[in-house]
Amino acid sequence: MKAFTICEGYAAPLMHDNIDTDLIIRIERIAKLKRGEFAPWAFEANRYFADGAEDPSFVLNQVPFRKAQILISGANFGCGSSREMAVWSIEEFGIRCIIAQSYGDIFFGNCLQNGVLPITLEQNQINALAKVAASGATVKVDLQTCTISTVATGAISFAFPEAQRQALLTGFDEVDQTLKIVSQIDRFQQEDRRVRPWVYTVG
Amino acid sequence: MVDTLREQTTRMKIQRFDIEDGRQGIVHVIGPEMGLTLPGLVIVCGDSHTCTHGAFGAIAWGIGSSELVHVLATQTIRQRRPKTMRVNFNGTPSEGVAAKDLILYLIGVLGTSAGIGYAVEFSGPAIRQLDMEGRMTLCNLSIELGAKMGMIAPDEVTFAYLQGLEFAPRGEQFDLAVESWKLLASGADAVFDKEVDIDVAAVKPQVTWGTSPEHAASIDATVPDPVAESDLARRASLEGALAYMQLEAGQPIDQIPIDHVFIGSCANSRLSDLQSAARVVKGRRIAPNVTGWIVPGSLKVKRQAESEGLDRIFLDAGFEWREPGCSMCVGANGDLVGPGQRCVSTSNRNFVGRQGPGALTHLASPAVAAASAIAGTIACPEMIGYK
Repeated sequence: MKAFTICEGYAAPLMHDNIDTDLIIRIERIAKLKRGEFAPWAFEANRYFADGAEDPSFVLNQVPFRKAQILISGANFGCGSSREMAVWSIEEFGIRCIIAQSYGDIFFGNCLQNGVLPITLEQNQINALAKVAASGATVKVDLQTCTISTVATGAISFAFPEAQRQALLTGFDEVDQTLKIVSQIDRFQQEDRRVRPWVYTVG
Repeated sequence: MVDTLREQTTRMKIQRFDIEDGRQGIVHVIGPEMGLTLPGLVIVCGDSHTCTHGAFGAIAWGIGSSELVHVLATQTIRQRRPKTMRVNFNGTPSEGVAAKDLILYLIGVLGTSAGIGYAVEFSGPAIRQLDMEGRMTLCNLSIELGAKMGMIAPDEVTFAYLQGLEFAPRGEQFDLAVESWKLLASGADAVFDKEVDIDVAAVKPQVTWGTSPEHAASIDATVPDPVAESDLARRASLEGALAYMQLEAGQPIDQIPIDHVFIGSCANSRLSDLQSAARVVKGRRIAPNVTGWIVPGSLKVKRQAESEGLDRIFLDAGFEWREPGCSMCVGANGDLVGPGQRCVSTSNRNFVGRQGPGALTHLASPAVAAASAIAGTIACPEMIGYK
């Protein structure tokens, strides 16, 4: 997995609550595209008119946010479908960090699997940050110090669960980490097989 | 995609219920109906409505592709311990109020962010009265409350449902399992991080009017006025929802004309759902401008329904009787609601564009969806003379 330490760049404000993963990437794209092909289709319904032309009123079509590395949003970002392609499409577009009031739980987990940092802040902090970001100022996110900085706001601290923070900072592969304790897993299964035999047999 | 799945499952000796297999259907319908879903299991699947299986007292939730790889490679998944919430459904629901109404009502009251970070237990006398299919409908929409896991403690209703199913334990093993399953319920002294009480006697049939499941209202209500919302950002979002849905504040919900009715999805495509819709439809005709689809959740449900003659009731009324799958819930495989077309759907998501670009979705129970097809407007069964 790609490690996350520091990210500095433009931050696009998408100031709505409940941005769902169906909106981020449509079902038709999921079925047809592979990892690496999703960037043009992130937020498809917002970015393009029905004839395929770009909608200039959508923030990700505007300068400098066409090159945004950070998204700022409201509550319940990434709610709905578990499709990991929602994270892939955002990440392939160039976004490394999301700052929102809250996240759909499944989307939050999917971010961690892809080196995308989902930061949670209070509504008033987000509003202040969005205002600065909308002016085109750059935003610096540092996971080592857990701070978000802009010239206008100074450093804002954020909290992040420690185990997940370490995983992002190192970029270790989770499967490799778990396979190191495979003997413990085997022991659990042997004991569980004795206690709940019906779980391991059929009919 | 299907070819790859066939190839990989064959190579890895993973049992597959393919299209020609008599047991094929939506995973959240066939897992339970075959007895693969059991109390006390940890169940994950690459679909957010995996919370459905919590109806059996399993810990079940949806995951993305990377976590799926981890599960297949290690037989484990890494999780942070969730916070706990208990929702007590107290009292007895009125006639005509279904499990779908109870959960839409709850989401309408608490909002779609309320369950974020929580595993939710649904409890109380109204839950105990539900059959397993009703419990699955209720748990199915946990994720729409924001909770990726929702569950109901297993009881005699659960055990009776499981007995004799193809993959459920048999004989002595079943008795042993039941003894273990009886220990799964929360203790009387259990403490939850959050507790919510709902009086179900106050719940009427629910319909959504907007673009989030939290935009739920009683069917006899009017479309709410965004001006009543003091938070300006939230007001703007309500106005956006009404504009997308082509509705005006103050409009009576049960007079909104519709174009489509979809009865199906992992929320409401089981036999009892089709029976409930068929009772309303029997002897009536679908409104001339409405296209009505019935999509059973599995081949087994389809065959059971046909053996009871439900297919004839729907076909005689002018519905289409279709093949099992997710269909119009997610706008998959070309099963789309057209732009600006309005659909009463028994599915679980009314997001912008979910049923197709520009599609307008109203979530409801099977009985309300059936009555709406007959009336040609959003309607409850009483409005078309059903008693």
